[in-house]
Amino acid sequence: MMALLRRDLTLALRSGGGFGLSLAFFLIVVTLVPFGVGPQTATLAGIAPGILWLGALLACLLSLDRIFQLDFEDGSLDLLATAPLPLEGVVAVKALAHWLVTGLPLTLAAPVLGLLLNLPDGAYSWLLLSLATGTPALSFLGAFGAALTVGLKRGGLLLSLLVLPLYIPTLIFGAEAVRRAADGLSPATPAMILAAITAATVALIPYAAAAALRINLK
Amino acid sequence: MMPELGKYAVEVLSAYAVSILLIAGLVALSLWRSARMRRELRQIEERHRRNGR
Amino acid sequence: MSIWEYANPVRFIRTADRVLPWAAALTAAALLVGLIWGFFFTPDDYRQGSTVKIIFLHVPAAMMAINAWAMMLVTSIIWLVRRHHVSALAAKAAAPIGITMTLIALYTGAVWGQPMWGTWWEWDPRLTAFLILFIFYLGYMALWAAIENPDTAADLTSVLCIVGSVFALLSRYAVNFWNQGLHQGASLSLDAEENVHDVFYYPLLFCIAGFILLFVTLVLLRTRTEIRARRIAALLAREARAA
Repeated sequence: MMALLRRDLTLALRSGGGFGLSLAFFLIVVTLVPFGVGPQTATLAGIAPGILWLGALLACLLSLDRIFQLDFEDGSLDLLATAPLPLEGVVAVKALAHWLVTGLPLTLAAPVLGLLLNLPDGAYSWLLLSLATGTPALSFLGAFGAALTVGLKRGGLLLSLLVLPLYIPTLIFGAEAVRRAADGLSPATPAMILAAITAATVALIPYAAAAALRINLK
Repeated sequence: MMPELGKYAVEVLSAYAVSILLIAGLVALSLWRSARMRRELRQIEERHRRNGR
Repeated sequence: MSIWEYANPVRFIRTADRVLPWAAALTAAALLVGLIWGFFFTPDDYRQGSTVKIIFLHVPAAMMAINAWAMMLVTSIIWLVRRHHVSALAAKAAAPIGITMTLIALYTGAVWGQPMWGTWWEWDPRLTAFLILFIFYLGYMALWAAIENPDTAADLTSVLCIVGSVFALLSRYAVNFWNQGLHQGASLSLDAEENVHDVFYYPLLFCIAGFILLFVTLVLLRTRTEIRARRIAALLAREARAA
């Protein structure tokens, strides 16, 4: 299991593309927002929590199709399916690897981008915390979407259409927690619900994703 | 014959028109595809019978 | 004699052939009575004016939009557990009907909301939930369309339907949390306190019956079509192998 994780991380780092690109994408989205809505700091501060969450979510979406696609094409996914490690475990490890190379860097970069959008002072810790608890759910749901579309030649767009509606609850509670913190309210309730959603997703989605993978490998 | 719809006539009429159009479209599509599949299946089964199986 | 006998495609087609004319006639009758009664012979509401007549389309369409998804969920589970092809094909057949109902509910809701709330679209929990349901239908149908092998498509869409149901429900409550709405509560409930008035209630019952019958008729018709389409594909594949 550790070996698989190490292998996936090495591959992601060597091939370069993945996590650097999604960070750059996040930066660009956040930079474009003031051009669209105007440079008034009050407006920007009001929408900053939503924009930061939305930007992180879209950046996370970019690299989803690579979770299984390469391994499916070169046949190593077939090997993994027959390996002693259950396929549910393979899915969980691959989703974890995806989170480590995208979700985690996005979380760490978010406060810096929050400065650009004039995010109110009290919200930074909650921005970090909510992204740290929310982005694992995004990676695991993404792995499910990637498992559904792995056999398709041009699955990228379909993958977004399937995965984005599944992101709605995570986005609502994550952005709500940051917004409440920015308004000086207590963000505890949405933050706890967010944590519950992530916990349930991480625990259960590997079964659904593994089922989808088995169907695709048949 | 037409009931007095008052100032909301446009809203009410368009709601009915759009809904009926959508349902009619769905029914028409379903019937059309049903007829086509029935015809194609009959042709293919005919061909199979002639080929003696 | 159990319900599983209808899982046999040939039996299903034979039964559908027999039932369909009656179902279609009943549908037409219920819809005609309900809609004509509702449109021509109901008074205006003292607050909502004539827009109250939209209820005869809005409420049944909204009910069927949700019920169609529920039926797809049940048939998807049956397909995954018992591998009856008819079940998977019925789910496929129901999706376009469900999405049409969702569209009707959204459109009639918008034209009803405009004069009442002063806006076409309001990010109200119920409206938002229907928009989300619409997106889920789109994704489900897109996945069916994208996969070539019919059994793989049936398997994968079933898994998606189950996971999607959980998240659609979750979104429904999340949206509640996120915005308290303008939308009135349920129009039909057993505690008659805030139910709609009798004058509207009886034609509404006819309309609901009509929409349910319409759904049943269309599902039978479309499932029969899908079974035939599968049979055609199977015969063509056999020909290709023989040649």
